[in-house]
Amino acid sequence: MSDAQPAVTSDVPKIRLRGLRKAFGAKQVLDGVDLDIRAGHSMVILGGSGSGKSVTLKCILGLIPPDAGLIEIDGRNVATLSRRERELVNDRIGMLFQNGALFDSLPVWENVCFKLLAQNRISRRAARDKAAEVLAQVGLAASVGDLSPAELSGGMQKRVGLARAIAAEPDIIFFDEPTTGLDPIMGAVIDGLIVDCVKRLGATAVSITHDMASARRIGDDAAMIHKGQIIWRGGAQSLGDTGNAMVDQFARGEREGPIQMELRR
Amino acid sequence: MSAAPEALASTLVDRLLDPVAALGRAVLGLLRSVGAIALFAAEAISHLLRPPFYGRLFLKAFIEIAWFSLPVVALTAVFTGMVLALQSYTGFARFNAEGAVANVVVLSITRELGPVLAGLMVAGRIGAAFAAEIGTMRVTDQIDALSTLSTNPMKYLVAPRLLAGTLALPLLVIVADTLGVMGGWLIGTQQLGFGSGAYLKATFDFLQVADVVSGLIKAAVFGFVITLMGCWSGYQSGGGAQGVGRATTSAVVASSILILALDYVLTAVLFSR
Ligand SMILES: Nc1ncnc2c1ncn2[C@@H]1O[C@H](COP(=O)(O)OP(=O)(O)O)[C@@H](O)[C@H]1O
Ligand SMILES: [Mg+2]
Repeated sequence: MSDAQPAVTSDVPKIRLRGLRKAFGAKQVLDGVDLDIRAGHSMVILGGSGSGKSVTLKCILGLIPPDAGLIEIDGRNVATLSRRERELVNDRIGMLFQNGALFDSLPVWENVCFKLLAQNRISRRAARDKAAEVLAQVGLAASVGDLSPAELSGGMQKRVGLARAIAAEPDIIFFDEPTTGLDPIMGAVIDGLIVDCVKRLGATAVSITHDMASARRIGDDAAMIHKGQIIWRGGAQSLGDTGNAMVDQFARGEREGPIQMELRR
Repeated sequence: MSAAPEALASTLVDRLLDPVAALGRAVLGLLRSVGAIALFAAEAISHLLRPPFYGRLFLKAFIEIAWFSLPVVALTAVFTGMVLALQSYTGFARFNAEGAVANVVVLSITRELGPVLAGLMVAGRIGAAFAAEIGTMRVTDQIDALSTLSTNPMKYLVAPRLLAGTLALPLLVIVADTLGVMGGWLIGTQQLGFGSGAYLKATFDFLQVADVVSGLIKAAVFGFVITLMGCWSGYQSGGGAQGVGRATTSAVVASSILILALDYVLTAVLFSR
């Protein structure tokens, strides 16, 4: 787990990124991202705000078309997939968005079972029971199902977002800053839920975070993105003591170091 | 030293051409938008032809457009009918043609004012509401979330609304036509001294099916345009709350202008015979 280059494994990585590039206008957000994500393992991606972490996930999901580069899921180049095949790949991916992105026009139970309902895997009647079951897995009472997302606190919204991401039992799950904006205890609770869910589903997980405690709790592997490139990969447990000056500065939250904050553009 | 006058001349030319360049950019931008909107509309329509169909969402949008716009459209229509009767009476009295009042009212309402006024009212309500709703979904990642939940956002958000708008507006215009004529009748009988039966006879004697149908065709087109601009503006919006505000404004302005412009085009086409 703590060997320096987990990218070199015998089997095909679940997700493989090579030379991923994306610019918005003049701004080069991704500048050649190379990353392997091992099947059945939990990868955490670290990086400062605006370093392109969310954009990376959105590229993998096909929500943002990259300018260049290769994205392989299960060894298949997603650029060569037909629309239908791409949909089938996406059907097996769950995503917890940075700010929840719950549908505020729908009650919580419909949010949770949205994918199952969309795929006609469940009737509307059965969906209520299924929602209660999944909500219980993230520590929420069944009565929460009848609330509207706007009535929930931040921590509850994250839990509902988590419930929605796992309800269809995906084999890849993305968590975009699952603990940002929560108090430390709630953050630890959410981390615990994530670890449990990922274990139970046997899924491959990719989490974005800039909380080191959280990264060590949920990660097997870790990678750090800076200025649009992956500058370090290693074991999540080694964070804070990696020998890489930039990663260590980031992990310890120090002002002085090789990473200079761009305070002005 | 010798280069200075040339440099001055070239900046001067640049300055003079500035408005031309700006105009060119604006025209190119407009053409790009028109193309993008046409593609957006085509994709939405293609989703109406392929399952799954979201009947529940269609119904919700239909009720929001038809039922909840009913009060504003009804009030607008009644008052317009009343004003038309008063104004045309004043005008026609000057050459002793007061008898034409009922006729003028019904033709103006069915062919022109019913669809246009209902369209403008709905543009204000629904164009703004759709742009704000879809724009908020865009900036809070809800549209991306739909894609990750095995749901095509165009099919889920846009297609049902477009269909609802296209079908609801004609219905609203039928109501507007009826109430507009009633408004005219009210003023005609209560204030201008027409007999009730005579007024209604004059109304229906000269009314042709084509007058009503052309108004309903206009209404369907306006309904499509209003919902299209609302959905498109929302879909394209970015930049947080401010972006959503801009999307809302541009949806209402664009659909209002399009209604008036298309009204001319449709009138020219429908009544060219
Ligand atoms: N759709 C978009 N249009 C324009 N710029 C974008 C878009 N999405 C992200 N960006 C820009 O890309 C950069 C990286 O964004 P993001 O990946 O969200 O950062 P983070 O690493 O904090 O998740 C930011 O500067 C952001 O402004
Ligand atoms: Mg982010």
